[in-house]
Amino acid sequence: MHVRTLKSAKVGETLKVVKLHGQGAVKRRIMDMGLTKGASVYVRRVAPLADPIEVTVRGYELSLRKADADLIEVE
Amino acid sequence: MGIKVALVGNPNCGKTTLFNALTGTNQRIGNWPGVTIEKKEGKWKENAEVTIVDLPGIYSLSPYSLEEVIARNYLLTENPDVILNIIDGTNFERNLYLTTQLREMDIPMVVAINMADLLERNGSSIDLKKLTRELGCEIVSISALKGTGVSEAAKAAMRAASNNTTPILPVYENELEDTLKFLESKLPASVPQTQHRWYAVKLFEKDEEAVTHLDLDETTKAEIDARLAQVEKDKDDDTESIITVARYDLIEHITSNCLKKHSTGELSISGKIDRVVTNRILALPIFALVMWVVYYISIGTIGTWGTDFVNDTFFGEWILPGAASLLEGMGTADWLNSLVVDGAIAGVGAVLGFVPQMLVLFFLLSILEDCGYMARVAFIMDRVFRKFGLSGKSFIPLLVATGCGVPGIMASRTIEQDRDRKMTIMTTAFIPCSAKMPIVALIAGALFNNNPWVAFAAYFIGLGAVIVSGIILKKTRWFAGEAAPFVMELPDYHAPIAGNVLRSTWERGWSFIKRAGTVIFAASVIIWILNSLSVDGGFHYITEENGGASLLENIGNMFAWIFAPLGFGNWQATVSTILGLVAKEEVVGTFGTLSSMANADLAMEGDPTMYAVIASEFFAGSGLVGISFMIFNLLCAPCFAAMGAIKREMNNPKWTAFAIGYMCVFAYAMSLMTYQFGSWLVYGTGDIPGTIAATIVLVGMLYLMFRKPAAKEHAVSLAKSV
Repeated sequence: MHVRTLKSAKVGETLKVVKLHGQGAVKRRIMDMGLTKGASVYVRRVAPLADPIEVTVRGYELSLRKADADLIEVE
Repeated sequence: MGIKVALVGNPNCGKTTLFNALTGTNQRIGNWPGVTIEKKEGKWKENAEVTIVDLPGIYSLSPYSLEEVIARNYLLTENPDVILNIIDGTNFERNLYLTTQLREMDIPMVVAINMADLLERNGSSIDLKKLTRELGCEIVSISALKGTGVSEAAKAAMRAASNNTTPILPVYENELEDTLKFLESKLPASVPQTQHRWYAVKLFEKDEEAVTHLDLDETTKAEIDARLAQVEKDKDDDTESIITVARYDLIEHITSNCLKKHSTGELSISGKIDRVVTNRILALPIFALVMWVVYYISIGTIGTWGTDFVNDTFFGEWILPGAASLLEGMGTADWLNSLVVDGAIAGVGAVLGFVPQMLVLFFLLSILEDCGYMARVAFIMDRVFRKFGLSGKSFIPLLVATGCGVPGIMASRTIEQDRDRKMTIMTTAFIPCSAKMPIVALIAGALFNNNPWVAFAAYFIGLGAVIVSGIILKKTRWFAGEAAPFVMELPDYHAPIAGNVLRSTWERGWSFIKRAGTVIFAASVIIWILNSLSVDGGFHYITEENGGASLLENIGNMFAWIFAPLGFGNWQATVSTILGLVAKEEVVGTFGTLSSMANADLAMEGDPTMYAVIASEFFAGSGLVGISFMIFNLLCAPCFAAMGAIKREMNNPKWTAFAIGYMCVFAYAMSLMTYQFGSWLVYGTGDIPGTIAATIVLVGMLYLMFRKPAAKEHAVSLAKSV
């Protein structure tokens, strides 16, 4: 089964969150910051050392590690 | 009658600025019990009956982070009369998320919208009337920075408290509401009607921490579990996610009603700055430049001038001679003069000397923090440091520690994650500070013909110790369990606010000064007593005439055997190591006084004869022993000032003891291996039991470095969860 996650997203793409994986603190924190099912995410840039990434969600800038971005299924 | 106002809001929403504007200088700063999270309380400038409590900046009321648990426990158990919820108008949607949760707590509330003027400048606006209807509480538009609306917000809070105006409960979609009603019906009778909603939501979220004290019986628990399992099955999602999504859906509804957004399609100012500052190519050079400027001003120039002034002029020329002549004039006993001047004043003075440097450094760091650059530092450097269990922000403490470990350790306070901060505190003092450099210079001069590679090796060893410790510590159970996600807001840049910067600079400086006056004062006096009294031929105070071995020398002899496996088991080296706890400069200083050469100061001047004496008396002419001694003194417990900083930042005696104990054990292990394995390499011979011990240590360390982490990580990869 092939699912696309925020980790593989390219800079400049706008995506929609489909589902969140993971559990507990990490998942809740990602959701609390507004990355919930249905939210629209714009991938703004990647850090100079290729990780973390910066996204725009709900009108503000958020940085998250690729490992955490991999928990966010997008389309 | 006193009124308690709880100030609640997201990080970066202007909460600190509002708190300062409301309270002025009337503040009490402490810590929340048992943790390093700051607790600030103040009286409202216009009415001293009103106490304002600044809760930690939080995004949510989840049970997962320390800040959030502190905030919600405060709101639930300390019964504040009113919540003043501050919202960043330029980040309306996400800020409302916390508001939605606060609305469920049945506490009177007022919402203050900050920076609404910035929003209007961009052509957007918030309809306050509609928002009041949606939330059911008074809304005040403020600018914490300019001070407009601040007084009105506090007055509105007074009104809400006296009229007991609680906000309207958020209403979610029907299915969720049905489930919440069902959960409310299952609550024990002891829960007051007004708190039903809060506990129902917590039961729905399966928030163990909030519902344990409800003492639900087994049948009720089973009924609840069955109902929630059904909901999860229907929605194909866990309950925590269902309610989070419902909250954001509600917020989208509110924002579409109340927020008129005017999008120019142009990049914001912050966006433009970030395009350069976090640019893939320019980010690292810009970061290096910023760090260089910070270092140059605080360690290289202004900070050091200040510190030199305090050490050499203020204490060296004014206070010490002044106190000495004053006491002599009063005709007090020699020993008392020495205790006051050489013990207490010199000891505390050595520590206070750090204050100017620290103030300059904290001033610069506060600016970086306040304007928003610090978040970008974490963004840029995260990749490098998280491998060693540190944070992107750990770079600053480590860099500063090359100048002095004390401000380095205190600079760790900008790291939000508790575990990253503790790890940074524990490893920062490994970096060779400027006071350790004379030790390095002495070893290089006395044993290696001033080879520059010795200094290089010292930095390499320090950095290596940080990395190895990071790898070892992050796998221990104390650190593994608390894995925090690195999901961080990059707030908009704004000009630093003078009041905030100066205040935070002074708070850090003052907390250090207080420590110098207590713990460090006591430690200096104890060391002086040990160094000045003798039991050699009857208990007496050591003078030039009677001589005799000091208690310190006795202690040196008593403990010298500990250092024998490291190659320097003589009392002189032991005593210098102990004195190094007062200040690392003392290590070299004592070399002079303890050697058989009369002219002690020559050691510092690099006199070849002196070097030869030191080399033979202290290190048996062996470069290996010298290196082993250097490694131990670079890595073991830092000076009292730095230990004081560790204690202050850990705010927990166990963690403080663990940090200092760990450094000593680590230093011992490193020196042991260096000396024992080095003997075989250099001399082709060695001590068999020592080598066996060193081998066991080596195997143990390799095991600790390469074993699997103690507890499983929180983050489950997608592959496993699908």
